[in-house]
Amino acid sequence: MTPISRIRNFSIVAHIDHGKSTLADRLIQLTGAMDAREMAGKEQVLDNMDIERERGITIKAQTVRLQYKANDGETYTLNLIDTPGHVDFAYEVSRSLSACEGSLLVVDASQGVEAQTLANVYQAIDNDHDIVVVLNKVDLPAAEPERIRDQIEEVIGIDASQAVLISAKTGLGIPDVLEAIVTQLPPPREGDPEKPLKAMLVDSWYDAYLGVIVLVRVIDGVLKKGQTIRMMGTNARYPVERTGVFTPKMLNVDAIGPGEFGFITASIKEVADTRVGDTITEDRRPTLSPLPGFKPAQPVVFCGLFPVDAADFEDLRAAVGKLRLNDASFSFEMETSAALGFGFRCGFLGLLHLEIIQERLEREFDLDLIATAPSVVYRLNLIDGSQKELHNPADMPDVVRISSIEEPWIRATILTPDDYLGGILKLCQDRRGIQADLSYVGTRAMLVYDLPLNEVVFDFYDRLKSISKGYASFDYALTDYREGDLVKMSLLVNEEPVDALSMLVHRTAAEKRGRAMCEKLKELIPQHMFKIPIQAAIGGKVIARETISALRKDVTAKCYGGDVTRKRKLLEKQKEGKKRMRQFGKVDIPQAAFIEALKMGD
Amino acid sequence: MTLNLDPGFGIYLHWPFCAAKCPYCDFNSHVRHKPVDQERFVRAFTRELEHLRERTGPREAVSIFLGGGTPSLMKPETVGALLDTVARLWTVRSDAEITLEANPSSVDADRFRGYRLAGVNRVSLGVQALNDPDLRFLGRLHGVDEAKRAIALARETFPRMSFDLIYARPNQTPEAWGRELEEAIGLAADHLSLYQLTIEEGTAFYGLHQRGKFAVPDGETGAELYRVTQEVTAANGLPAYEISNHARPGAESRHNLVYWRYGEYVGAGPGAHGRFKEKGRRIVTMTERLPEAWAALVEEKGHGIVDGERLDSEEEADEFLLMGLRLAEGIDLDRYEKLAGRPLSNRQIGNLLSEGLIAPVGNSRIRATPSGMIVLDALVADLAR
Ligand SMILES: Nc1nc2c(ncn2[C@@H]2O[C@H](COP(=O)(O)OP(=O)(O)O)[C@@H](O)[C@H]2O)c(=O)[nH]1
Ligand code: SF4
Ligand SMILES: [Mg+2]
Repeated sequence: MTPISRIRNFSIVAHIDHGKSTLADRLIQLTGAMDAREMAGKEQVLDNMDIERERGITIKAQTVRLQYKANDGETYTLNLIDTPGHVDFAYEVSRSLSACEGSLLVVDASQGVEAQTLANVYQAIDNDHDIVVVLNKVDLPAAEPERIRDQIEEVIGIDASQAVLISAKTGLGIPDVLEAIVTQLPPPREGDPEKPLKAMLVDSWYDAYLGVIVLVRVIDGVLKKGQTIRMMGTNARYPVERTGVFTPKMLNVDAIGPGEFGFITASIKEVADTRVGDTITEDRRPTLSPLPGFKPAQPVVFCGLFPVDAADFEDLRAAVGKLRLNDASFSFEMETSAALGFGFRCGFLGLLHLEIIQERLEREFDLDLIATAPSVVYRLNLIDGSQKELHNPADMPDVVRISSIEEPWIRATILTPDDYLGGILKLCQDRRGIQADLSYVGTRAMLVYDLPLNEVVFDFYDRLKSISKGYASFDYALTDYREGDLVKMSLLVNEEPVDALSMLVHRTAAEKRGRAMCEKLKELIPQHMFKIPIQAAIGGKVIARETISALRKDVTAKCYGGDVTRKRKLLEKQKEGKKRMRQFGKVDIPQAAFIEALKMGD
Repeated sequence: MTLNLDPGFGIYLHWPFCAAKCPYCDFNSHVRHKPVDQERFVRAFTRELEHLRERTGPREAVSIFLGGGTPSLMKPETVGALLDTVARLWTVRSDAEITLEANPSSVDADRFRGYRLAGVNRVSLGVQALNDPDLRFLGRLHGVDEAKRAIALARETFPRMSFDLIYARPNQTPEAWGRELEEAIGLAADHLSLYQLTIEEGTAFYGLHQRGKFAVPDGETGAELYRVTQEVTAANGLPAYEISNHARPGAESRHNLVYWRYGEYVGAGPGAHGRFKEKGRRIVTMTERLPEAWAALVEEKGHGIVDGERLDSEEEADEFLLMGLRLAEGIDLDRYEKLAGRPLSNRQIGNLLSEGLIAPVGNSRIRATPSGMIVLDALVADLAR
């Protein structure tokens, strides 16, 4: 156990790609937590999942304990808490931040402040963090650390005079970062090893070998192997089997004392049995002052996931169950669709979360899935005075029973070079946005817009990136529910409604949306031997239509004894292809069409 | 045509040499600038046939087919030797069809009598077009007059004959094709093979076509040309009995029916394929494609088979389906079920019936309708799932 005065707990907050993971690697390397051989070939050592590495994003919070001998001759324990960098996981970020006392604010010295810089740093400030400003990428010719320093002071309103100038890539300035952590950040505020145990459950995840691993931050008392602990929120009791820290490798330790981070294992079966933010105490001698706790993260986006091959339903059931073990923010319940058969209605924190779960199901469980149109959660006020939450457009009651529909709104912050402002304003306007503010951060425009989540959920971010050639940054927070003139639009393929393609849209946007979807489906559905009408309709009224013409000629002229093998192999391929489609009436719709059809383009 | 559907057992011999390579051709055909040692190939054929005979056991052959390449480059003695070997190894039915593919050039035609004496009773002539510019475009060595003489001579010499035409040539209109086809029917005996030109990878046409040196009729025109073909042949008593084959009822190629009715056959010679039952399962054989390498292989191992597989029930059923539906007579659903171990999907059948793409024949057969035939590849893929 380290004395509290020689502990520093900190997070790194940054806009995506400003160098958070690279800096973390450097800190780990320099403090010798992993030697060069272990680091070799590994980048972003804290991003464990394949998806995290491939996409270059952090999804799960991670901690690592660093031992640092400072200039004052003392050895300090630095606990780095790496947080996810995407808005979908903003809630997770805020929980992690509340478990430590300081933050490194990493800003790319060539790019300056971006939307997530603002969102994240304000969260850190809300959690009473002291902040060390780190200007990264000073090795780049375009770096302007002085200008960015001024910008930070001006836009964020924090003192940047002691900013550390570094290059996480070359290693320049990294020792200064370590020194600044020790000198500029405070030690943990509370902590008495003699008091009853009081620890915060920071995060938990499922490990195939060890079961549920719980990440904790001890406030008072000491956590030891063999102790019987109690989760104060659920009143569940467990004997502690193992206590340890991440270096980032797992290292067993005898005890975790006040101010320290560590992990425990305790025969906990499911992540769902643990509640992030819960207070862990000793069963025999409980603390009298539990922590306030957190609300569990609420799914905001729902979609149906169906196996392409209906026979895989049981496998899908097992797979979503397993994923849920590891991710309590993901929810699922069984759903039946007339078009797609049995599947699950799943809830996610956002679209990235949805994509990640879908990708993990396909990759880790080898499933072919159809994802249906993502939908936000609508609130229906019914004529009889009751209120109903709608997760699935297919479940929408008859319009005569509905008195009004409310939809979730967000407040979005967008930073963009001036050049793209016009295009972005138009995008926000097209998505029913209401401008709340437009100001300048240096030469960059900062736009604040209120937008219906339903307009953002799908491809808003992609469109924003493409309009701004990647230069605009974006962050948002859910604000409130507002009434909207929303209607249910159905898509009919070959005269049959495909429930998995139905959606709620704003009445004014319905026709355009319907037309775009019909056009997209026309591209996505292959030609058949007969012609296929595609229609969008509201109620019984068709508002858009397209027709896929029939195949004119598709026949092999010559097929004799020597051609059979080749023809059979071709047929096998075609059959494989059909397996990746779903049949609706007589029409085969490719699995990807359900999501692709929603992409609006320009 | 009778629905005596036992396809029987056939024997295919592949003669892999041609005088020149046609620009559209993706067959296993090779041009040699020195005379081919035909005796060596006869010996190799003999050994490979002996090997195949050991595997098939005694069988009665309903057909022997000498294909290529250009079998009419063989000396009549070579043909005679090959047919004698076959007759020594298997029982050849007295009414067996013995076909030889021939090119209409006069040199080849000079050998027709010899082939007849050797036992050939049917020729199939590669005429391809009835006008000289198109024959030149197709890279053929003969002209129209030569072709017509060869047709006449073949009709005189052989009890049965057929010839091939290729249509859907660049700029060919349905009207022009209709006229050419009527002329062809006037020349024909009782069988015609009419193929739409397709541009295959690995051919000279492929590169030229890719580079835009010529264009073939689009799908719409192709469909129209196909329709005209069906109409004109049917009106003249030579209806299609298969996608590209037309005959007076009773004059169908028995050998090719063995393929389409999914019978058994052995294939000898370079690049030949066979399919026959061995220990209860249908097996596939494929031989080395390069002629000299094949011969060397046979000399070394007694056969030139380089590849083969034992088909599982799904594969057999797929092959049965994709071959059988090419025929106007269609397929027997019970036989499909026996092969596949499951019936065809009722739902798929229902869908295709309701779109008029297939039709029932009696109680237990289906066939593709004319509108189904023209999209047969898609139709088969739909049924086979
Ligand atoms: N030139 C330069 N590139 C850097 C530096 N730090 C990080 N990068 C690069 O910036 C990209 C994003 O870095 P990463 O650490 O993944 O950012 P994160 O999204 O904040 O975790 C990567 O390609 C890094 O190699 C730096 O100091 N200089
Ligand atoms: S003659 Fe026949 S086999 Fe020979 S190259 Fe021409 S088309 Fe091919
Ligand atoms: Mg990262």
